[in-house]
Amino acid sequence: MHYVSHTYYLSEIAENPALHIPDGFLSLPIALLCWVLAIILLTITVRRTQNTLGERQIPLMGVLAAFIFAAQMINFPVAGGTSGHLLGGALAAIVLGPWAGMLVMASVIAVQALLFQDGGLLVMGANILNMGLLTVLVGYGLYRGVAGQSRSVRLVVAGVAAWLSVMAGALATSLQLWLSGTSALRIVVPTMLGVHAAIGIGEALITVAALAFILRTRPDLLEAKGETRGGFGWVIVGLIVALAVVTLAPLASVNPDGLERVAIDAGFIERGTGATYEVFPDYTIPLLGETALSTILAGVVGALVVGVLIVIVVNLLRRPVTATSETGS
Amino acid sequence: MQANALDRYQTGESLIHHLDPRVKVVVTVLFILSNVLLPDGAWLAFALAWGLILLTSGLADLGLAYALKRSFVALPFALAAVTVVFNLPGEPLFAWKLGPWHLVATDTGVIRFASIVIRTWLSVQMAILLTATTRFPDLMHALQHLRVPQLLVAIISFMYRYLFVITDEAMRLMRAREARSARSASGAGGGSVAWGARVTGNMVGQLFLRSYERSDRVYNAMLARGYNGQFLTINPHVMSASDWTIGAGAVAILVLLQAVGRMAVL
Repeated sequence: MHYVSHTYYLSEIAENPALHIPDGFLSLPIALLCWVLAIILLTITVRRTQNTLGERQIPLMGVLAAFIFAAQMINFPVAGGTSGHLLGGALAAIVLGPWAGMLVMASVIAVQALLFQDGGLLVMGANILNMGLLTVLVGYGLYRGVAGQSRSVRLVVAGVAAWLSVMAGALATSLQLWLSGTSALRIVVPTMLGVHAAIGIGEALITVAALAFILRTRPDLLEAKGETRGGFGWVIVGLIVALAVVTLAPLASVNPDGLERVAIDAGFIERGTGATYEVFPDYTIPLLGETALSTILAGVVGALVVGVLIVIVVNLLRRPVTATSETGS
Repeated sequence: MQANALDRYQTGESLIHHLDPRVKVVVTVLFILSNVLLPDGAWLAFALAWGLILLTSGLADLGLAYALKRSFVALPFALAAVTVVFNLPGEPLFAWKLGPWHLVATDTGVIRFASIVIRTWLSVQMAILLTATTRFPDLMHALQHLRVPQLLVAIISFMYRYLFVITDEAMRLMRAREARSARSASGAGGGSVAWGARVTGNMVGQLFLRSYERSDRVYNAMLARGYNGQFLTINPHVMSASDWTIGAGAVAILVLLQAVGRMAVL
């Protein structure tokens, strides 16, 4: 019995989530650029958390990082022999607050790379950025925007935020692969976004169900951490990243040539891939980007985001009223 | 679960095991850096780099195939690079009609794809050797000496300690679910995807609460044992002369490798 479950479990770990970039897949400039961005964000995070969190929080965050790692193993069957499981960025951000969420996710990615070679070392900056920082920014920013709302609104937004956080990570990953000269833009973006649109649904459903469970059993854990929650700036940052995802994703899928031209004009491609790399020849793979799938995808993304924006804007307009009523009671 | 089921450390007393962890971390990162810097198609340099891996596994008493056997984890990701075969200008090797698409594989494309896969495969092997010859706490001390923020190192150290406990908890939840769920011979479960996701979400929520409460107990137990926010070690990790020599030797070999790689391409 023990050994049966044991092998089952190790095979779960071997299942490699598609976003962990291994070493060798990113060019050096792109890998270093991602490290710089990740280090800047993490430095801010460490500074902020050292002020707000005591030494008591270290065991808490360590155990909860182990929780995210373990939660990624819990899966459920989806059609066709594949299984859905959690990545956890949005859930970590919503439950722990953005600062602690980023530290926890960065730790998870570091352990996955150091202990299991799940994701590379030189590209760890990119992996932390894609799966640890972007997911938290999107997940927390959108959720924070509806903080005072009813339970069901919060859950719906949490689901959308979780879905968008996966898409943000997938988009960032495919852009890094493209800029490194490892993948063709017109293939990698629609493929990655298509696959992760499905993975993101699993992420959204699990996140919502887990949150609902915590709200039912220990609502105090989600309410009573005012100072670590972070202010309204998070909503703006989250909205900006979310908007960047929903405008870039359809653009990159439907009109890769436009995006390519921008990148070439900005000198990104030459810098990222070296002089041997030239503009993709036109005769290779025409027009994968204009398939029905990516257009539909773009439409769905657009509709979802408009919905979330409406909820958040309505909430912003009502905010002073709820604030006074809270202080009144 | 046995406490070491997740740990990849292989107990040993070899030269590599006794090397200062800082040297091992820095050399591993430099090795990966060197792989990334080698030009496409530097086959001789790639072969020499693999020789370095074999040498390291030999010196570490792990057996020559140790890293090789475990190095296939990253290969599924190679799919992301396949497109490059058809996407670089060069001599056409073969053309392929796939529905509306006309794919032309070029020699530069094939060489770049092979180089990417080899770079990844070499880098993964060296990282495997690092984990196999270095205890995780030593790895953390190395990171701390290499100026990774103390807070982050402390969190990762804690995470490692409780990884086994919490994954055990997760396995217990999964075993309970298996025990209560019927499954047909074809492997297909009943119920909709949304239902499956809700059950999974409840399990994740449950796991969160158990982890949260456990962290409280952990903290209290640590306070009782004198924890004040600092981690102490009885292993001071002082760089010895042989650590410096081996580190410098490894760097020299990597520089040589770069020279070979660039000459071979020219």
